[in-house]
Amino acid sequence: MIRAPLRPLARILRARENGENPARIEREARLKRAAQVQDRARARAETRLTVMGLLFVFAFASIGYRMATLAGSAPEEPRASVSNNPIIGLRADILDRNGNILATNLETNSVYAQPPQMIDPVGTARKLAAIFPELNADQLIRDFTGSRKFVWIRRQISPEQMQQVHDIGDPGILFGPREMRIYPNGPVASHILGGATYGREGVNAAEIVGVAGVARQFDSFLRDPANNGAPLKLSIDLSVQAATEQVLAGGMSLMNAKGAAAVLMDVHTGEILALASLPDFDPNNRPRPLTTGDASDSPLFNRAVQGVYELGSTFKVFAVAQALQLGLITPDTMIDTRGPLVWGKFRINDFHDYGSHLSVTDVIVESSNIGAARIAQQIGTDRQRAFLGSLGLLDATPVELAEAPGGRPLVPPHWSELSTMTIAYGHGIADSPLHLAAAYASILNGGTLVRPTLLKQDHPQAGPRIVSEAVSEQMRQMLRAVVTRGTASFGDVPGYQVAGKTGTADKPDPQGGYYNDKVVATFASAFPANDPRYVLVVTLDEPSETTGGAPKRTAGWTAVPVAAEMIRRVGPLLGLRPQIETPDAAGIQLSSN
Amino acid sequence: MTEMVHGSIPVPAGDPIIPRWWRTIDKITLSCVLILFAIGLLLGLASSPPLAARNHLPPFYYVSRQAVFGLMAMGVMMLVSMLSPTMVRRLGVLGFALAFAALAMLPVLGTDFGKGAIRWYSLGFASFQPSEFLKPAFVVVAAWFMAASYEPGGPPGRLFSFGLMIVIVLILALQPDFGQASLILFAWGVMYFVSGAPMTLLSGIAASVAVAGTFAYSHSEHFARRIDGFLSADVDPRTQIGYATDAIREGGFFGVGLGEGQVKWSLPDAHTDFIIAVAAEEYGMILVILIIALYTVVVVRSLSRLKRERDPFIRLAGTGLACAFGVQAMINMGVAVRLLPAKGMTLPFVSYGGSSLIAGGIAVGMLLALTRQRPQNAIGDFLSSRGE
Repeated sequence: MIRAPLRPLARILRARENGENPARIEREARLKRAAQVQDRARARAETRLTVMGLLFVFAFASIGYRMATLAGSAPEEPRASVSNNPIIGLRADILDRNGNILATNLETNSVYAQPPQMIDPVGTARKLAAIFPELNADQLIRDFTGSRKFVWIRRQISPEQMQQVHDIGDPGILFGPREMRIYPNGPVASHILGGATYGREGVNAAEIVGVAGVARQFDSFLRDPANNGAPLKLSIDLSVQAATEQVLAGGMSLMNAKGAAAVLMDVHTGEILALASLPDFDPNNRPRPLTTGDASDSPLFNRAVQGVYELGSTFKVFAVAQALQLGLITPDTMIDTRGPLVWGKFRINDFHDYGSHLSVTDVIVESSNIGAARIAQQIGTDRQRAFLGSLGLLDATPVELAEAPGGRPLVPPHWSELSTMTIAYGHGIADSPLHLAAAYASILNGGTLVRPTLLKQDHPQAGPRIVSEAVSEQMRQMLRAVVTRGTASFGDVPGYQVAGKTGTADKPDPQGGYYNDKVVATFASAFPANDPRYVLVVTLDEPSETTGGAPKRTAGWTAVPVAAEMIRRVGPLLGLRPQIETPDAAGIQLSSN
Repeated sequence: MTEMVHGSIPVPAGDPIIPRWWRTIDKITLSCVLILFAIGLLLGLASSPPLAARNHLPPFYYVSRQAVFGLMAMGVMMLVSMLSPTMVRRLGVLGFALAFAALAMLPVLGTDFGKGAIRWYSLGFASFQPSEFLKPAFVVVAAWFMAASYEPGGPPGRLFSFGLMIVIVLILALQPDFGQASLILFAWGVMYFVSGAPMTLLSGIAASVAVAGTFAYSHSEHFARRIDGFLSADVDPRTQIGYATDAIREGGFFGVGLGEGQVKWSLPDAHTDFIIAVAAEEYGMILVILIIALYTVVVVRSLSRLKRERDPFIRLAGTGLACAFGVQAMINMGVAVRLLPAKGMTLPFVSYGGSSLIAGGIAVGMLLALTRQRPQNAIGDFLSSRGE
């Protein structure tokens, strides 16, 4: 900015010449400059005052507009409580694969008291105790006459009880609506469904929270209001599940077992159609977890998923399948089975002596430990571990149950060559029956990996290849031979062409070593053998078949008949038609005319 | 001829006071204020009987008190508006000294009426809140300082006024009375703005407020929850705001009818902070729009008259008084419609309250005195700018 000088030299000099006081010129210039500053300030103030006025008009107009929109909107009933985190009582249904209800909600009421509003606390307490026998009248009287403002009386009551409480007529007794989780099939599929309990409770609603099984695994899905109550559809078939549990319970008592588990799985889709563990419980009235002793003795324990056992000879299938896949052997290769096989100070024996040599097929059919160990020696430690890992036998199953991560396999800390040999016949490694079912399905379905799932699937799983089609076919034939002429001869169900492998493993003694008289008997089967569609694993914990003289504990005598009965019952429910094997009509030509 | 050129009315010497006052006063603002006061009395008839009933007094006790105080306030307003700007300044500075002393003595002599904050002197028949009187007096003093900085060789008046403002705001915040403190702050800010705050400083302040707000919102959960609660559409119906919103909805455009309103029975502050809700419920949007229009006219008309003002003191003091008056009304109504967070503030001239009425009378009287028409030497401007 160019400013006019306060002492313009030309004027000063002229003033001096004229004898005037030059200070007057400077004063004039200063006053003029101040006036200019004021003029500029006034011009600026004018603009800014206009801005202020416009801002005020705008602000008042927006208040007026807001008032008008509020006045124009319809008055609403005041809402009771607008909390940031409302309790949502909603919980979606759980259905089986055919749409049958496995879990649903029932509207009930809770009953609570507000003692300050009560007219006759003592009388009311006595009447309530008469209606609900589990309530203690003295405790209620103490609650009602004390300083409490709010007392829960019962979380859920039946309509009859509600009417009775209503008839007491005390204004301090109030009801709150509430949803109740109900499992209409009782204990059927109890380990899958898990159970539910109340989470956060309010007077007008209560959260239902899943505590186990799919109820816990899919808790947020079931409670998500965004799903609009869309049900959770499981892969379970309710009638198949019920039949499986029924047969398994019968088999468990006939075989004097202390526990049992069964898994029925589709070999292509990985869908679990039935998964049973005995003893079981009623999810409507879930027992408390054990506080002392072994958790696996509780009925809450899911033996099929959480229980890991040494599954014995059923594992021979993996050694043979891998050796076939690697081209080390063919089904007809003769394996040296002279016993005992000595490795260091460790001796491997067979159930009885099978002679000097057996073909690979007969190693499976006769279940030779020595033969399996020798095949595993050819495979080697690293390849065996990689193969078992690719079948998912070294990690917890990915099945959608809250308990699944608890079913972590026990594997040897140092995978020595001895471990390799014992694992070939199913000792030194512990897996759950569900692991076994998934691994059998992966080998027998044509050789691609399937992962077990409890959700209904529409398409077969296209997993990575485990073994070739040819090996899968050879394994089917070997396992079929186990049933037709081997250890599982009780497993032959006419028309369903059962193929399978038995496994009888001594139970490890917690004190060290193995029990002589306690086994886990397993039968892992697939049917129909020519084109397997289902895998069924039946495991009995400590069975002993006592109809004969000496108690028989091997799987062929215990698990196999149970599994056979199961297939007999379940096959028609699954829609499998029995294939009536007709003898070849040699020399007869069928013609259409 | 001369009037036409000067745009002003020549004032013969010895002109009697009243005719001169009547000729030069802003009659529109004056009538708006009188109408507002009348509306206040009308709403007092509706809103204060529940309070009287609660305090076991005759139903129209508060209305008659309001009428007495209101008449006093109107009288004070008329008297003050007859003063010359110089007298306004002198009395304002004197009043400021008194009010400031009274404010400073509050912790010793004041009473809190059981409301937790010591803001009042109890005079027996009425209570007296120094900060109400301090507000217009502070505006006058701050304008005096700021105007002085325009004089050649004048003091750094804006800095002085800033220091004074900070001291008063701190005292008020300690009471605590954040409402009055924010009004003082706002009035000073407006005067500073009009007196020529540098644009760089203004944009700097705006930017730092935005940055600080964003930082607080993203880092302080408490602050974020307050803001979210304020922004969310849900109103908890058990709060005062909830009742007020409900009342406005019930009223609609034409109201539920005289004496039919319900909100006055549930709101403890229906006669003061939420009087607009009573108005909206009983008389409907019509009256509310009228009230808003009256305030707007008072503020905008005063500001537009001040635009022509040459004297920096008159301009600044008038701006401060008009804006403080308008903003108080704006905050009160903005709270009721949830455009602003809850803050207790009376609606000037409409809400019940003795000392606030008289203080309002003084403030508007000063505003009227400052916006009176007076010679502005427009031709002198014209000539001097030509000669430059």
